[in-house]
Amino acid sequence: MDREIVHNVVRLSEVTKVFKMGGLQVEALKGIDFAIKAGEYLSIMGPSGSGKSTLFNMIGALDKPTTGRVFIDEVDVAQLDAYELAWLRCRKIGYIFQTFNLIQVMTAIENVTLPMIFAGMSRDEYLEKGMELLRLVGLAERYHHKPSELSGGQQQRVAVARALANDPAIILADEPTGNLDLTTGEEIISLLKQLSTERKVTIISATHDIKMLNVSDRVVWIRDGRIDRVEERAKLKISVGEVV
Amino acid sequence: MKISFNSIKVRFFRSLITTLTLTLAIAFVAYIRSGYELLNAIWTHADLSLQERILAGGYEAVDGRFGTSPKDTWLAILSLIVCVVGIVNAQLMAVTERFREIGTFKCLGALNSFVVRIFLVEAFYQGLLGGLSGSVVGIVVSTVSIAWKVGWPAFRWWPFTGMLLTLGWGLFMAASLSLLGVIYPALVAARMQPAVALRTEQ
Ligand SMILES: Nc1ncnc2c1ncn2[C@@H]1O[C@H](COP(=O)(O)OP(=O)(O)OP(=O)(O)O)[C@@H](O)[C@H]1O
Ligand SMILES: [Mg+2]
Repeated sequence: MDREIVHNVVRLSEVTKVFKMGGLQVEALKGIDFAIKAGEYLSIMGPSGSGKSTLFNMIGALDKPTTGRVFIDEVDVAQLDAYELAWLRCRKIGYIFQTFNLIQVMTAIENVTLPMIFAGMSRDEYLEKGMELLRLVGLAERYHHKPSELSGGQQQRVAVARALANDPAIILADEPTGNLDLTTGEEIISLLKQLSTERKVTIISATHDIKMLNVSDRVVWIRDGRIDRVEERAKLKISVGEVV
Repeated sequence: MKISFNSIKVRFFRSLITTLTLTLAIAFVAYIRSGYELLNAIWTHADLSLQERILAGGYEAVDGRFGTSPKDTWLAILSLIVCVVGIVNAQLMAVTERFREIGTFKCLGALNSFVVRIFLVEAFYQGLLGGLSGSVVGIVVSTVSIAWKVGWPAFRWWPFTGMLLTLGWGLFMAASLSLLGVIYPALVAARMQPAVALRTEQ
């Protein structure tokens, strides 16, 4: 029916990942098969050590799967050369991490503009856009502060602004609220939700945070490197309602 | 460029050690070199008694010229090798400390060449700084020690151009050594998968 609208931004096909440590082999992912539609707000849930971060790295082209394929916009990531891979990470995907990963020696505005510098924008352009993004996350007046001078929530908001720098189609967030208290966590979640509804950005977020469930279109439960179950929003409301 | 400058400023202490290694090595070599420059300059103007005083000071002339003996050359080469090893060591630690930063750069779309370039630029600055301070220290020490033995002619015939050449040569050597020392650590850093780089603890 509506084939055109729902194209797959991300598709994983039998993705496995094995880590070798000395003689020991850890199977972090044991065959993941699924697709993420454009504009979707997807949460990846699962206990610690279930492979969420590993999956996150696969989707974000930050690491290579042991077997299987990862497609972004129906392009096999394994086929890309270093230059195309950098382009993909720069323009197509915005990353948000549990540990913020801001560059400590740079100010907020320098952190936000960095991806735009990599994208080859002119100085005037990226400064203007950088300030606009900081305004969006409510940190315009702290643009000249270093990460060490900002609170955790503020640092994460800078990271969100940075993730938006090149208008990515996908935002990947690995436990974005993991290091934040309840209210700042909620702020970040509503910011992400706002991006998803207003800008139609695809949001993929690994999380432990039950609050994330309420805003998600779909929740994927991971257990032991496998997809346990996938729940749609409608069904979810009921089950959450039952729990409460 | 500004990035590398900033990170030198912040990691001042670590940079200082790398720079100090360079300073010492270059100071030693510049000391030997500028000493001979100075002796040669004085010698051409010296009367017999001054010449005797120079020779009594333990300096040996060959055909009326002072120059590096094989022993000096070996010492100089040795000190430069030690210096490069020291730099590789210090830079490897510096790179390890910055894995997370490198991983972040790569997530944001940095090419490997960008990562390498950051380290090269930093090393170049450190090289210039180490070369400058090392040459100055070397020249000052050699001048003072010769002046100690032969008196004020050391200042009167002080070979300005010769010393300037020594300084330039010191800068060049230090920059080259610094770059040589950083290439391997920089390549290690640039080749990492971003996921691996990001996993390391800060
Ligand atoms: N680089 C690595 N080397 C070795 N083992 C790894 C590596 N990365 C992950 N693992 C292993 O893979 C499994 C999944 O790890 P992963 O980080 O994906 O879990 P997670 O679901 O993100 O957990 P958490 O919620 O605690 O962040 C774990 O058993 C972990 O020990
Ligand atoms: Mg994780």
